[in-house]
Amino acid sequence: MIPKKSPGRQVLLQGNEAIVEGALAAGCRFFAGYPITPATEISEVMSYRLPAVDGTFIQMEDEIASLGAVIGASLAGVKAMTATSGPGFSLMQENLGFACVAEVPCVIVNVMRGGPSTGLPTHVSQGDVMQARWGTHGDHPIIVLAASTTQDCFSVTVRAFNLSEKYRTPVIILTDEVVAHTREKIYIPHQEEVEVVDRIRPNMPPDWYIPYEDNSRGVPPMSPFGEGYRCHVTGLIHDVRGFPTQRPDEIVAFMNRLFRKINQHFFDIQTVSEEHMDDAEIVVIAYGSVARSARRAVKDARLRGVKAGLVQLVTLWPFPRQIVEPLLRRVKAVLVPELNMGQMSREVKRVNQGATRVETLNRIDGSLITPGEILNRLMKM
Amino acid sequence: MAEITRLIHKYLRHDKKFPHVWCPGCGNGILLGSLIRGIDRTGLEKDDIVIVSGIGCSGRISVYVDFNTLHTTHGRALTFATGIKLANPRLHVIVIMGDGDATAIGGNHFIHAARRNLNLTAIVVNNSIYGMTGGQYSPTTPYGALATTALYGNIEHAFSIAELAVMAGAGMVARGTVYHASLLDDLIEKAIMKRGFSVVEVISHCHTQYGRRNLMGDAVEMMRRQKESAVKIEKVASMSEEELQGRFTIGILVDRDLPIYTHEYRKIREAARAAPSRIR
Repeated sequence: MIPKKSPGRQVLLQGNEAIVEGALAAGCRFFAGYPITPATEISEVMSYRLPAVDGTFIQMEDEIASLGAVIGASLAGVKAMTATSGPGFSLMQENLGFACVAEVPCVIVNVMRGGPSTGLPTHVSQGDVMQARWGTHGDHPIIVLAASTTQDCFSVTVRAFNLSEKYRTPVIILTDEVVAHTREKIYIPHQEEVEVVDRIRPNMPPDWYIPYEDNSRGVPPMSPFGEGYRCHVTGLIHDVRGFPTQRPDEIVAFMNRLFRKINQHFFDIQTVSEEHMDDAEIVVIAYGSVARSARRAVKDARLRGVKAGLVQLVTLWPFPRQIVEPLLRRVKAVLVPELNMGQMSREVKRVNQGATRVETLNRIDGSLITPGEILNRLMKM
Repeated sequence: MAEITRLIHKYLRHDKKFPHVWCPGCGNGILLGSLIRGIDRTGLEKDDIVIVSGIGCSGRISVYVDFNTLHTTHGRALTFATGIKLANPRLHVIVIMGDGDATAIGGNHFIHAARRNLNLTAIVVNNSIYGMTGGQYSPTTPYGALATTALYGNIEHAFSIAELAVMAGAGMVARGTVYHASLLDDLIEKAIMKRGFSVVEVISHCHTQYGRRNLMGDAVEMMRRQKESAVKIEKVASMSEEELQGRFTIGILVDRDLPIYTHEYRKIREAARAAPSRIR
């Protein structure tokens, strides 16, 4: 809803453009990318928006380089982002792991298209849900958010930057070709209405600064290069001073903190949006463009007397178990429609542990799941 | 205080991360010395310098020096450096890579960084082999040489890192060796002060993984070869083709003033501020 006498503005945008607006509102001032459909508009709009606000845009030689430059910019103290689609996201996995282990805040947008490989450019898909979770090698926590509408693209991007800064972690935004290219009216709040979180910087003298020292939040303060703290940043497992270590006690302490800083803040990170859930007996769990079809299907099912509800996942990873699990215990059946062979439904089933009936509705032909398809299944459940 | 002691205390994390990982006789130690002597001569503040390194033996240099230091992923050092320089052009960013790091896995980043002419300094330590992983052939391993992945002799042809950088458009390209240490000090100092993308190819040796397998003797013997094979750029003109056969040139190969990326980008910002926004 748009507040009356709002100082914000209403604009006609597509999802990709709304992501740019969200990023700029969140304080993003650096973008590095490589052309790929259906994410290219994000680069294009960034290339003319960023220099106007003293930011920097650069088109790199590939997606590996794009994320490298983004990490470098963030280490120099500037909020940074890149955007790509499946093939480019695969190339980014190496440096994504670096950002996880060196705890460098940054945002990566993956506008999903059909895969594997060159796959189905530029048809819609949700095939990268598991890659976003596990794509880079080694154990690591990650935050992945999904946007479903053009309005979402704005707000989810702001949130992605805020979480990334707050927890010193890369945050991945998953959208898809339909979300990216749907053009609709959205409300962009005035800059003063946008909550912006910045990373915590060290307030002690440089000699006292221990760059990776644990604290109650599990997130150490971060100093940008060039401000006197002269620390070492590495992709190797490191001790509290940032230097490589092979000591088991230091490795365990580091890895545990890496996970703890996300795990102990589950409630802050996990977001879902619920509709008609008060008395719902049959629930659709959906995300991205499919959540939009599901919203309509749930409304239509209600008109036909079926007590349907919708849980739209905004946070995909860490999976919002604390919210989904109690819900599974109180409803009669759950439908998980998605544009893949069943990536998120697998997680729902894992959490469900057989408590309720979980059905899947999968489409992998490059077309959107329609409200009618979901409605048909709801009426049969 | 002796000069060397002063430099060690000022620039090395001497009380934190030593002893280093390199083999006795490794050229990386000489490069490290040249690096801090070169930096010391520039008079730059330690806080204003960022050392970015890749993966491999040379990549460890970043751990030992007391600057803002970044040890990146394999081959990607220049991409991280690009982000740092663009985000804060005030910083002096020096990138240290090996031959495999800079020209095999990072070859694409290397030529594009040179083409952009960002104001960065790239130091490429060329020891003709992948040392840390145990002696596999690299893009600079000579034809016919033996390596752990070329036990019957290398059938690939080496390319020249310095010439690659010249063709890709770097503002300054130099080549030195770890034998000619005082020349290397000069080259590194000039490269850091150069306004534009500067490359210093440092011919080094890996007696452990390359020399031993190819019967080239120990570190001292390999450095003697550097001395005998290197020809100063000033002398090249007076030498015949035959005399130059199998030898390489050292000194500043190219020094040219080209538009610098960050200066060009300033113009983009001005144009963007002047242009009517297409979105508001």
